[in-house]
Amino acid sequence: MDPQQLESIEVDLLLEAIYRRYGHDFRNYARASIERRVRQFHAQSGCATLSDMLPRLLHDEAFFADFVTRFSIPVTELFRDPQVYLALRNEVMPVLRTFPFLRIWHAGCASGEEVYSLAILLDEAGLLARSTLFATDFNDTALERARAGIYSAADMGEASRAYQRAGGARSLADYYHADAQHIVMKRRLRERVTFANHNLVTDGVFTEAHLVLCRNVLIYFNQALQDRVLGLFRDTLVRGGYLCLGTRENLRFSAVDSSFEVVDAACRLYKRLA
Amino acid sequence: MVGVSAGGMLALERLLACLPVGFASAVIIVQHLHPTEDGYLALHLDQHCALPVGVAEDKAPVCPATVTLAPAGYHLLVERCRTFALSIDARVCFARPAIDVLFESAARVWGARLWGVLLTGANHDGTRGLAEIRALGGRTIAQDPADAEHPLMPQTAIDAGVVQQVLTLDGIGALLAALPAAASAMEQERII
Repeated sequence: MDPQQLESIEVDLLLEAIYRRYGHDFRNYARASIERRVRQFHAQSGCATLSDMLPRLLHDEAFFADFVTRFSIPVTELFRDPQVYLALRNEVMPVLRTFPFLRIWHAGCASGEEVYSLAILLDEAGLLARSTLFATDFNDTALERARAGIYSAADMGEASRAYQRAGGARSLADYYHADAQHIVMKRRLRERVTFANHNLVTDGVFTEAHLVLCRNVLIYFNQALQDRVLGLFRDTLVRGGYLCLGTRENLRFSAVDSSFEVVDAACRLYKRLA
Repeated sequence: MVGVSAGGMLALERLLACLPVGFASAVIIVQHLHPTEDGYLALHLDQHCALPVGVAEDKAPVCPATVTLAPAGYHLLVERCRTFALSIDARVCFARPAIDVLFESAARVWGARLWGVLLTGANHDGTRGLAEIRALGGRTIAQDPADAEHPLMPQTAIDAGVVQQVLTLDGIGALLAALPAAASAMEQERII
């Protein structure tokens, strides 16, 4: 048996063990990335082989906690893909304005930069006061970071340019307090967002929403899991509600394709059909 | 598989111009580029290449006789079922996309049928990836640092002892152009 096949068996066993012992289900994650993450964790674990991590993952909760904490959290930016935020600003906000109140679900919010980007758009559209934003992730470490809203000051030059390309007419600095190293998003943005643990793999629909954002999360899932999650989004959205995916993700091969129409193809912006 | 960084626009233009009509392998490229430029780069290179040049979509199949670029801001990987996979995991060698990430995943898919080519760049990315390709039986090629606009990237790989062949850009182009054409593609499925 070649070493790749052996490694594949080891990864299967580790994922099965994690699922049955702790309930975290990575079994239907896209394989290339999950294997890379397992190898990276293994490299600093002190274990000789991948399967040597098995008894430790099963019996040593601290080892597992370390695994999930280090399990690399997707890294995003304020106004990542500015053209998407421009499309949300110009095409979606005017429609959202017609609703008396708004519920928005940002699924897989990671470290939270894009939730705050959306909160800024809502604020500038005059909609923030009647909006409830749910930002969810399965990773508590990521959620803590998102809830704190503290980011590196060194990234703000780039973020500010992205904000302007997203149609921002003010100064991004209006939305945060800064010291030499860090910035913290202003309280009036943070207090509009409810951060909660939700696992797209195992949890169900928890609210009705007018807009669902789930950007660069589906790339980590295999096709079957993608279909499940897109089904959750379809069932969450009100008729005429919007779905926004990552710019390299699409509905083309999915089972829910017929429930949506394309609003902006390049920005992967879709509308739930009536 | 081609990894390229600083000075890459001109190098890719010249290299892709060498690929003849009927070239049968899939060419997959990581260029470290600015996060807003990838659409333009693909359009530009498409005009210099006999094969269609595009940007990778998540879960799209790897197609022979095409050139695919990693999208800006994403790592590009390949699944065993020969589809593309993307991730926004942390940068590697300050880069996303990173050459190491693509090369390491592709080495696991294609093993001895994979060629890894490392071109001009001012970065250490690509050396680990070439090492993995070589360890799994693939062929590793680096641009001659004297021929490269930025020699550091190929030089790092050469110094690490993971490169089998050092060639000028024109030499690499000639080597690729001489690959067997479409007739043998089905059995060979050589991926560059």
